[in-house]
Amino acid sequence: MTDLSVTLGPLRLKSPLIAASGCFGYGVEYADVVDLSSLGAVAVKGLFLAEREGHPPPRIAETPSGMLNAIGLQGIGVHRFVREKLPELERLGATVIVNICGSTLDEYVEVTKVLSDAHGVAALELNISCPNIKEGGIQFGCSLTGTHDVVSAVRRATSLPVIPKLTPNVTDVAAFARAAEEAGADAVSLVNTFLAMAIDVETRRPKLSNVLGGLSGPAIRPIAVRMVYECRQATALPIIGVGGIASAADALEFAIAGASAVQVGTASFVDPLIWPKLTAGIEDYLTRHGLARWTDLVGTLDTADRSGV
Amino acid sequence: MPVDVEAVVLSNTRLSDEYNVVALEAPEIAGRAAPGQFVMVKPWHGTDPLLRRPFSIFEVLASSAAGPAGITLLNKKVGVGTARLYQVEPGQRVACLGPLGRPFTAIDPPGEAWMVAGGVGLAPFATLAAALRARGTPATLFYGGRRHTELYHLDLFERLGTRLVLATEDGSRGHRGLVTEPLEAELGAKRGGDVTLYACGPTLMMRAVAALAAAHGRRAEVSLEPVMGCGLGGCYSCVVRTRRAHGAPHFVRSCLEGPVFDAAEIVWDELA
Repeated sequence: MTDLSVTLGPLRLKSPLIAASGCFGYGVEYADVVDLSSLGAVAVKGLFLAEREGHPPPRIAETPSGMLNAIGLQGIGVHRFVREKLPELERLGATVIVNICGSTLDEYVEVTKVLSDAHGVAALELNISCPNIKEGGIQFGCSLTGTHDVVSAVRRATSLPVIPKLTPNVTDVAAFARAAEEAGADAVSLVNTFLAMAIDVETRRPKLSNVLGGLSGPAIRPIAVRMVYECRQATALPIIGVGGIASAADALEFAIAGASAVQVGTASFVDPLIWPKLTAGIEDYLTRHGLARWTDLVGTLDTADRSGV
Repeated sequence: MPVDVEAVVLSNTRLSDEYNVVALEAPEIAGRAAPGQFVMVKPWHGTDPLLRRPFSIFEVLASSAAGPAGITLLNKKVGVGTARLYQVEPGQRVACLGPLGRPFTAIDPPGEAWMVAGGVGLAPFATLAAALRARGTPATLFYGGRRHTELYHLDLFERLGTRLVLATEDGSRGHRGLVTEPLEAELGAKRGGDVTLYACGPTLMMRAVAALAAAHGRRAEVSLEPVMGCGLGGCYSCVVRTRRAHGAPHFVRSCLEGPVFDAAEIVWDELA
């Protein structure tokens, strides 16, 4: 019997597998096909204070081994979420990580306070990395001082675990992990999507209404693994690895690179029943390798020089 | 509650260079399916293309005694995913998740049901025609295509007692022109009675049906076919702007609140 539980600072999860924000609605949509209580956590779709309409369609476009999206953070707002979704998630036994957004520092703090007063929130994931909206989010995530400021402000406003979600659209993501650590984050999740673009050559029009979008899926996985590895060298914070995970082997790769937990997003669009398959694959691997715990695998990359052997 | 199965391809009947009908062994889905619902399928392995594709359930295949045996999908090659579905071979397995989405509201007699199909938009109407037949509701299918060779499965609807009104762009069968033209004539000639329209096809056709229904005081349901990422409400890619009784027009997910919508709720200017 293998132990898959993980500890991310003050947050304890029964499994390292987390449904990625933006890829799982508010979780309740999946209750018919996924046992939400079997997941480490559900990271719900990003929430602002108020409701948002998001971008017009087309909102997604496929690319080789990946997809672009520019949804524009359509959402019901934090108040409706607390009223309409949170009780249902609790009834379903889900561990809930709420992804929070803001156009301003004050909005992040306001959303944080609403969720801190609510019952049934396990942690806050700070969306400072959505590439698809003009205001807010990324303006914090692409500046070291912005990242420090927003993490500090949220940190002061809540006793819930605070997990900034980092963008890969910077030169040195490890510097942002350090900034988050210095500002009092409990963990970091990385990466959000890569800013990208696709064009219909016949019409010469962008494939997304927003012109630019975020690339996700297996196409980005090697870059995400590299970024997790770099952050592992730079910070002591627990890392949640995200980016193109579609199999147990992919999740294990992130763990070896240094991720204490992982999020799965795009792959659950393709296979909504992926979760027990991932769990079984991870357990099989740990057994084969004589490891009693998932955590025994985390950060065990072997980079020893064997050229002389 | 949807189920996900690795459905065996029972047959692939190629109707033309573009159209085919794929039969899938999927009793769990067939037994739950309601007219107008859809499945998310991926008739290939690997990650290019990455996502499943939505298809209306065309027919529910009856078996001898043990209940429904499977479903069929009516497919038209338009892109890389539909080209893959055109090529499947019997025995191959296809990931198939369903049934999904809000079905048509099949009306009861003495109401009449007028279905309006354009091209591959025929797909949701075989199961609706069967449901109407079971209720004893008089049904008409207005069905338009480019030419007579692209009007498929007429015998299926004839067996169900559906009255057929056909239209082809080249005049090779039925009315020469758009299918909405004979529909408009019949709506104009119809006095009283309770007629509900059901439409699926090109967006411009569905928009025209919505306008005709409104002009003649008839209710209409349309089955939209937007790009979908997941089919379960997770990705928010398949949104359609709708206007409800209260509040401003609002994007709703067509996988959950559709694909069948009340035509009067759709903000058509944003679709076509």
